[in-house]
Amino acid sequence: MNIVVCIKQVPDTTEVRLDPVTGTLIRDGVPSIMNPDDKAGLEAALRLREKYGGHVTALSMGPPQAATMMREALAMGADRAILLGDRAFAGSDTLATSSAIAAAIRKLDYDIVITGRQAIDGDTAQVGPQIAEHLSIPNISYAQEITPSEDRASVTVKRVFDDRYQMQRVKLPCLLTALSELAEPRYLSPGRVFDAWREMKVENWTSADLDINPAVLGLKGSPTRVKKSFPKAVKPAGAVIRLEGREAAEAVLRKLKENFIL
Amino acid sequence: MEFTFSPEYEMCRESFRRFAEKEAAPIAVEIDEEERFPAGTVEKLARAGMLGITVPKQYGGQGADNLVYIMCVEELSRVCATTGVIVSAHASLCVAPILENGTEAQKQKYLPRLASGEWLGAFGLTEPGAGTDASGQKTRAVLDGDHYVLNGNKIFITNAGYADVYIIMAMTDPGKGTRGISAFIVEKTFPGFSVGTKEKKMGIRGSSTRELIMEDCIVPKENLLGVEGKGFGIAMKTLDGGRIGIAAQALGIAQGALDKTVAYTKERRQFGKPISAFQNTQFQLADMETRTEAARLLVYKAASFKDAKKPYSKEAAMAKLFASETASEVASLAVQLHGGYGYMREYEVERMMRDAKITEIYEGTSEVQRMVISSALLK
Repeated sequence: MNIVVCIKQVPDTTEVRLDPVTGTLIRDGVPSIMNPDDKAGLEAALRLREKYGGHVTALSMGPPQAATMMREALAMGADRAILLGDRAFAGSDTLATSSAIAAAIRKLDYDIVITGRQAIDGDTAQVGPQIAEHLSIPNISYAQEITPSEDRASVTVKRVFDDRYQMQRVKLPCLLTALSELAEPRYLSPGRVFDAWREMKVENWTSADLDINPAVLGLKGSPTRVKKSFPKAVKPAGAVIRLEGREAAEAVLRKLKENFIL
Repeated sequence: MEFTFSPEYEMCRESFRRFAEKEAAPIAVEIDEEERFPAGTVEKLARAGMLGITVPKQYGGQGADNLVYIMCVEELSRVCATTGVIVSAHASLCVAPILENGTEAQKQKYLPRLASGEWLGAFGLTEPGAGTDASGQKTRAVLDGDHYVLNGNKIFITNAGYADVYIIMAMTDPGKGTRGISAFIVEKTFPGFSVGTKEKKMGIRGSSTRELIMEDCIVPKENLLGVEGKGFGIAMKTLDGGRIGIAAQALGIAQGALDKTVAYTKERRQFGKPISAFQNTQFQLADMETRTEAARLLVYKAASFKDAKKPYSKEAAMAKLFASETASEVASLAVQLHGGYGYMREYEVERMMRDAKITEIYEGTSEVQRMVISSALLK
């Protein structure tokens, strides 16, 4: 089972602060990380490979510094890391991004493409489904569990919403967008980290490596115009309290009273 | 001279820190309180490759160097010194002597199991009458055909009871003093080997510290480590390496106490402002940070000397001496800056203060380190 996982390097938004005067994000000194949904997708792909064989390719589009994240993908266990890095890709909106990524995937051997549900810096959730459209393959978003069929011709996916879930079966090849709950990423073993930096390589592909019309790439290929951007309201993490029966009811009651709801 | 790490080291550190925060920190208070060995964490350490960092890949290890290993102990100890010492005793005191002195057959047999974490390692030198004066060994080993028969007791053994393999020092020729000491690889299943009762300790209370009892313990001849009569040298060299591990543990404790204190002093308000706004707090924090960073440089230097195969006995002693005294001082200041809350278990700095003390004592007291350092100067 060959899997391509699309990953994106994003600023760690848990460390981003807002400028109190301008209301814009202060990105200085903010570490860059692999987008959490993408990382869960990569972990899920690695587990599928460990169980069913095949290979995992990590694919990204980004500036040269994204190579560090590609090394991380290799250190996690990806067999191959391809970074689409070219000035021609600069200024891409989601459409131009998905066009370039899909063009790269066409050159690869794949049964499943996994992307994160959305990136924490843009929150659009568009690139994954757009890639599926470009490739004319089915897409299931919000995957929290992936189970291949015995003949490996299809997968059953648990698709999760806030209040319900669906079990969907889809023929391969397909694209799945991963929730960060899909798989807790592994800890990097030091040996793999050193191999990723010293033995393996990050392949850099430019627009010339893709069979694609340059007009659909980068700023030229981006119809999106940003009118206004604003930070998403932060939802507190909440607390999990595990109690049963009467004790649970009492705890809920206490909380409601503490917060003056009752 | 560049004081930065290349990205592969930084990536390892990030992963160790994530492990420490997610796996070790949440139970640090609990295992201290219950004096419980964190067996589940050890399994997770094994899965993450953290028990075989310095073991070459050909023996199933990670093939990384001592600097990476030291970072691992530092990051674990930053949140839980118990977890740090479990790794240090395993890697520095059991894996390292087999790696450095073992025959090919011994390496083939023990290193893959120790690197994968299938087996945990420990080390037995200290006896009731042989502490700092390690030459006063009473444990005897007598060759009898194809095996040695060991008799004697070892005390204060870290990982005892949970370890599967022990490096044990014993007298093969009592007439020769230190030249009569030999080292053995002893498995917990060897006949005549048992562990005694658990010690109740001031700090690192989740780590297992027990007596080892050998009563006509049968050790196959091929489990002699190195050659007969060279055990004292193996023990001393092992402790040189172990000291870097303990220095890293101490460094981690100091950093952990400092991090908790920086956060606390920004939150805690007195006289209408956070206590971090007072110059007394600021100066204390500055001293804590400076000492911790100085300790870090000594620890990394000693580890890099070991990696470069340069003599590092003095460097290891200086690192351990300074880092352990720093840990005690910084943790004590951390408690002071936390005030009454710092004295309470919930705030963890009191545990760090208790944990710090042992780093000045085990694997050579601070006095022993001063002896090692001065003898290198005066030779």
